[in-house]
Amino acid sequence: MIDVVAAVLLVTGSLMSLTAAIGLVRFPDVLTRMHAATKPQTVGLLLILAGIAAHFHTLPVIAMVSLVAVFQLVTAPVAAHMVARNAYRAGMHDSRQLTVDELADG
Amino acid sequence: MTTVAVVCTAILGLSALVAVVRIVRGPSMLDRAVATDTFIAMMAAAIGIEAVANDRTVTLPILVALALIGFLGSVAVARFAVRPEEEA
Repeated sequence: MIDVVAAVLLVTGSLMSLTAAIGLVRFPDVLTRMHAATKPQTVGLLLILAGIAAHFHTLPVIAMVSLVAVFQLVTAPVAAHMVARNAYRAGMHDSRQLTVDELADG
Repeated sequence: MTTVAVVCTAILGLSALVAVVRIVRGPSMLDRAVATDTFIAMMAAAIGIEAVANDRTVTLPILVALALIGFLGSVAVARFAVRPEEEA
């Protein structure tokens, strides 16, 4: 039973990577590509880590996997923030597609 | 578990190939940084699947290292490689 849960989690996590790859190729600019690219970075990796924890279910593995999850959740927004800000400053976006543009008067 | 590992490896391999296409084609450095970040996440996923498939935990510390330093690449690109005259 626990193996079925682990298998489902692992396959779902891998499918997140596939959606991100499709988005990376199909979307038109940096900001939309970032929207697609963050799926395996957070949800996909968390699903895979949950699958690992479900497969081994021992305390050391669960501790290490939680550590990875925390690091990933802390660092991914930092990188995304810096990339998105620089993409905006460099004008790599279509301002007609923005509903709110809070950086415009800053 | 072997079937699952094969399926996951196939999906991840295909995804990584497509990400490499975006890294090669660009067009800007930020596109490449985003694609590299995604590629690193896929690599971490592949290492996790390897650990489950071979039933061993020796590769899991690599995941910790990847999670710690994986974001440095895109931060460095965003901070130093894009339009240095406009940096804040």
